[in-house]
Amino acid sequence: MSLIARLAEKSWQNPGIDGRSDPADYRPPAAKVGLVAFMGVATVIFTLLSAAYLMRMGIHGNMGHGTAGDWRPLPKPPQLWINTGLLALGCLAWEAARRLARSGEAAPMRSAAALGNGLGVLFLLGQLLLWRHYQAGGYFLAANPANAFFYLLTALHGLHLAGGVIAGLHAPYPPAGGHDARLRIQLCAIYWHFLLLVWIVLLVLLLST
Amino acid sequence: MPVAIAIVVLVIGSIAFHWLSPWWQTPLAADWGSIDSALRITIAICAVVFVLLNLFLAYSLWRFRHRPGRRARFEPENAALEKGLTFWTAVGIAAMLAPGLVAWGRFVTIPKDAAVVEAVGQQWQWSFRFPGADRALGTAAVQYMTPENPLGLNPNDPFGRDDIIVEASELHLPVGEPVKMVLRSKDVLHDFYVPEFRAKMDLVPGMVTYFWMKPTRAGKYDILCAELCGSGHYVMRGSVIVESRKAFDAWLSGQQAFGQTITGAAPEVNAAAPAHVEGGPATGHGEQH
Amino acid sequence: MATTIADDLRPMHHPKTWAGKYVWSQDHKVIAIQYSLTAIAVGLVALVLSVLMRLQLGFPGAYSGITPENYLQYVSMHGMIMVVYLLTALLLGGFGNYLIPLMVGARDMVFPFVNMLSYWIYLLSVVVLLSGFFVPGGPTGAGWTLYPPQAISEGTPGHQWGIVTMLVSLAIFVVAFTMGGLNYVTTVLQARTRGMTLMRMPLSVWGIFIASIMGLLAFPALFVAAVMMLLDHLAGTSFFMPAMQSMGQTSQTMGGSPILFQHLFWFFGHPEVYIVALPAFGIVSDLISVHARKNIFGYRMMVWAIVIIGGLSFVVWAHHMYVSGMNPYFGYFFATSTLIIAIPTAIKVYNWLLTLWRGDIHLRVPMLFALGFIFTFIHGGLSGLFLGNVSVDVPLSDTFFVVGHFHMVMGVSPILVIFGAIYHWYPKITGRMWNDALGKIHFWITFLGVYVIYLPMHYIGILGVPRRYYALGETGFIPQSVHTANEMISIAAFVVFAGQAVFFYNMIHSYFWGPKAEPNPWGAASLEWQTPETPPGHGNWGAHLPIVYRWAYDYSVPGAARDFIPQTEPPS
Repeated sequence: MSLIARLAEKSWQNPGIDGRSDPADYRPPAAKVGLVAFMGVATVIFTLLSAAYLMRMGIHGNMGHGTAGDWRPLPKPPQLWINTGLLALGCLAWEAARRLARSGEAAPMRSAAALGNGLGVLFLLGQLLLWRHYQAGGYFLAANPANAFFYLLTALHGLHLAGGVIAGLHAPYPPAGGHDARLRIQLCAIYWHFLLLVWIVLLVLLLST
Repeated sequence: MPVAIAIVVLVIGSIAFHWLSPWWQTPLAADWGSIDSALRITIAICAVVFVLLNLFLAYSLWRFRHRPGRRARFEPENAALEKGLTFWTAVGIAAMLAPGLVAWGRFVTIPKDAAVVEAVGQQWQWSFRFPGADRALGTAAVQYMTPENPLGLNPNDPFGRDDIIVEASELHLPVGEPVKMVLRSKDVLHDFYVPEFRAKMDLVPGMVTYFWMKPTRAGKYDILCAELCGSGHYVMRGSVIVESRKAFDAWLSGQQAFGQTITGAAPEVNAAAPAHVEGGPATGHGEQH
Repeated sequence: MATTIADDLRPMHHPKTWAGKYVWSQDHKVIAIQYSLTAIAVGLVALVLSVLMRLQLGFPGAYSGITPENYLQYVSMHGMIMVVYLLTALLLGGFGNYLIPLMVGARDMVFPFVNMLSYWIYLLSVVVLLSGFFVPGGPTGAGWTLYPPQAISEGTPGHQWGIVTMLVSLAIFVVAFTMGGLNYVTTVLQARTRGMTLMRMPLSVWGIFIASIMGLLAFPALFVAAVMMLLDHLAGTSFFMPAMQSMGQTSQTMGGSPILFQHLFWFFGHPEVYIVALPAFGIVSDLISVHARKNIFGYRMMVWAIVIIGGLSFVVWAHHMYVSGMNPYFGYFFATSTLIIAIPTAIKVYNWLLTLWRGDIHLRVPMLFALGFIFTFIHGGLSGLFLGNVSVDVPLSDTFFVVGHFHMVMGVSPILVIFGAIYHWYPKITGRMWNDALGKIHFWITFLGVYVIYLPMHYIGILGVPRRYYALGETGFIPQSVHTANEMISIAAFVVFAGQAVFFYNMIHSYFWGPKAEPNPWGAASLEWQTPETPPGHGNWGAHLPIVYRWAYDYSVPGAARDFIPQTEPPS
C-alpha cells in the first residue's frame, strides 16, 4: 500500500486484522531504518554547513550590500586526490564485503571488511597529513574563513568516518542473539558509500570555490 | 461548570481589558498609518475569532456536560464542515495578510527623494551622521576608527570630508520630509527603535542596514535600543527631535563637518575611494558614487 | 488470540540488580521517568530564575542583589532551559519514551541501549549547562538566542566562560536528542504490533513521531551554529564575527556574518516551537477525546495537519528576522508561509472544539488542563498572527508583545498539557491515584494566574515597551500605569509559582499514600491502558504482544455495551 493510501485509511471502519499480515514479515530491519534516519541527520549537518559556506563567501548580499570580500580560497594539493582515492577504495572493499557476506563466504568477507577499515584509517591519516600540509603553508584555522570551513568540514566528516571504522571493526563479529553479520556488513557498506558521497560533494564545493 | 463560567468571564474580561486598559499604541509620528491599520485589521479579525471560539467552547462544556445516562455521539468526521472551516479560515488569513504585505511593500520601497541620515550604534550610545552638500555619505570602516574619528570615516574619501558628525545622542529631523535611516554598528547588534515612528531595524556590525520613514509630527521622542546588546542595553537611549525645516537647518549648521575635525589636507576627488574597503564594511551606497 | 508474532520470540533480559533496574536501566519506562525528573528539576531552576526576573521587573531597585548583568543571565538561562532542557526533554524524552512503546504495542524502544545512553548524555548536558553558574563571570547573558557578536564580546555577562558552557552543553544535548530521536522514529516505524496501522495510532504518538523527525532535522542547525560559535570564540575564526571595535578595542576578526548565525539559529529555533507544540497537540487530543467520551473529531485531518505543520515549519524560520537586516524582500515569502501555517493549526483547534460538541464531558482534572490549553492556545495562536504578518511585526518585534505571545503559545500552553498528561497517566505510571481537590486547586491557580500574567504583556508591548530591559527608566511614552502593571504581573507570577507546591505535594504524597488506582480509571480505549499489569512490568505485555483490532478512538460507539471499546477487543 502506498504511503498516501495508508494515510487516507478510514481507520474507524472495518475493525479487525483481516488482510493485515504479521509486521515482522514485511518490515525492513530496525537497524536499517535507524541508519537511514541517522544519515538523514548527517545530511542536514553537511547541507547546512555548505549553505553557510556559500553565504559566508558572499554568494548573496544582505540588504543589497556585499560582504567584505575576505574569502581567500585554499590551494588544492594532490593529497586531496590521494585521500579521495583511499576513501573510494575503502568503499569498494566494503562493497566486496557486502557481496561476500550475502553469498555466505565468512572468511573472505572478514578480510574485505578489514581492508575497508584499514583504508578508512589511511584516509583519516591522509586527512591529518593534509591538515599539516596546510598548516606548514600558513593556512591556519583562524587566518581565513575558507580555511576555517575547510578544517571544520573535514573534521566533522572525519568524525563520522571514525565512527564508521569503530562500527566496522565490530560488524563481522556479531554477538550471540544479535543481528547476523550479513545485515551488519550491509549497513556498514551503506554508511561508507554515504560518507564517500558526502566527501565528493564537499570536494566539489572546495574545488569549485 | 465553573470552567465554562470562567471561560466566559475571561472572554468578557479580555474585551473589557482591551477597552479599559490605558495601553495602546503611542500616537503616530511618522506616516506609517498603513502599519497601524494592518494591525487594527488583524486585531479585529483575531478578536472575532477569539470570542466566537471561546464562547463555543464554553457553550459546549455547559450543554454537553456529563449527566447520568448521557452518551456522546459517534462522529468520526464531517468532510463538508471541515472543508467549509478551512475555506473561511483561509479567507480570514488572506484578509490579514493582504494589508500586511501592502504595508510591507511600502516599507521596502525607499522614495527617490529620501534624505540620507546615518545612525551609528555602539555600546551603549548613539551617534549620527548627515551627508554634506554632496548629498552622499563617505565610506567608513572599523580600521579607521580612532578617538578623533569615532565613526571610522575613511579620511581619504572626498565624499566623507563634508559629512556632518553628531556625536551627541540627540538627532534632529525636519518634519514632513522622507528620510532613509542608514544604520551601522561599531560593535554588536543594536536596533534603532522609536516607538512613535513604528519602523525599526537592527544595526548589524559588518554591514549596513536601512529603513525609511517620514516624520509627520513635530516633537521630541525617545530612541531606544531594541536588540539586546549587553549589560547596558536598557540605558542605550537617545532622542530625536522632529522640527520645522528652518529650525533643523539652524541646528545642522551648528554641527561640525568631518573635514573640520581631522587634520590633513583634503584629498583630490579623483583619488578614487574604493567602494568596498577591505577589512570592514563600506557604508557608501552605490547610487551615491 | 494466541498468535505468536516474531517479537515474542526475542528473549528479554530482565535486569537483576537494583542499579540495573533503576539506574543503568534500558527499560523505556524507567528512562522516561529519569528524563522527566531531570527535566522537571532543571525546569525548577528556570522557574526560580523567572521569579528573580519578576522581582526586578515588578520592583526595580528594591533588590540590589540583582544587577543588570544578573538580570540578563536570568533571562538567558531561563529561556534556554525552558525551551530545550525542560520542554523538549520532557515531551520527547519523557512522554515520548513512556508512551510510544506502550501506545504502539511494543516491548521497548528498538535500540534500548542507545536509549539509555541518550538519557545519560542528556544528564551530562544538564550538568555542563548548570556548571555555567559556577564559572568565572557566571552564565551567559546573551539572551536565549545567543546572537553573536554580543554573546562572545565584551559587555555581555558570561561572554568568556558562560557562553562556552552553554554552547558545549547544547552540542551535547543535540547528541543526546539524536540518540533518543532515532529511537522514537524507528520504534514508531518498526515496532508497531500486529494490526496497529499508522492510522490506528493515537494522536499522541503522531505528534511525538513528527516532532521527533523534526528534531532530527532541526537540531543539527543548532549543533552547527554552536560549534561554529565555539570556534569563533576559542580559536579566533570569523564565521560570525565581523570587524568591530568593542569597548575601544579593535577586534582581530573580520568579515563574519552575524546574520548567518541568526539563519542557522532560527532554522533550528522555529521548528523547535513545533517540536514542543506537536507532542502537546497530540496529547491534548487524546485527553479531550477520552474525557469527552467521544472519538477525536476529524482524526484524519488531525494527522494530516500534524504532518503539514511539521513540513511547513521548516520554511518559516526567517519570520523571527524581519527587522534583522536580512534582505527585506524575504519578508514577503516568510510572511505568507507563516500565515499559511495558521490554517492547519486553526483546523486542529476547530476539531478539538468539535470533539467536545455532542460529547459526554467529564470535567476531571486532566480535562480541565486540556480545556485550559485550548483557551491559552487560541490566545497565543492568534497573537502569533500579528508577529507573522511582516509589517505588523515591525512595531511589535522585541517588545513585550513578543514575550506575551511566545509564553502563551509555547510556554503556558504546552505546560498545561504536560500537567494534564501527568494527571492523566499518573495512575498508570505509579499505580496510585492523586488527590482530586488538590488537583483542581492546582489547575485554577495555574490557569487563571498565567492569564493575569501574560494578557497585560501583550498590551504593554503594543504600547512599545521593549523586552530584555533591566529597568524601563525615564521615557516619554511609558506611563506610570505600566509600572503598576509590572507589579501586578509579578505578584501573579509569585502566586502561580507558589501554587506549584500544591502539585508537587500532591504527586509526591500520592506516590506513597494515594489510593490504589484501577488499571483503566478513565475507561480509555488506547493500548497503554490495556497492559496486564499496572504499572506495566518490564516488557510491557507479559507473555504475548497485544493484537490491535481497531483505532484508538472507539468511544460511545452505537450499539456497544460500554461507552468505549479497547483497541485489543476483536470485532464481535
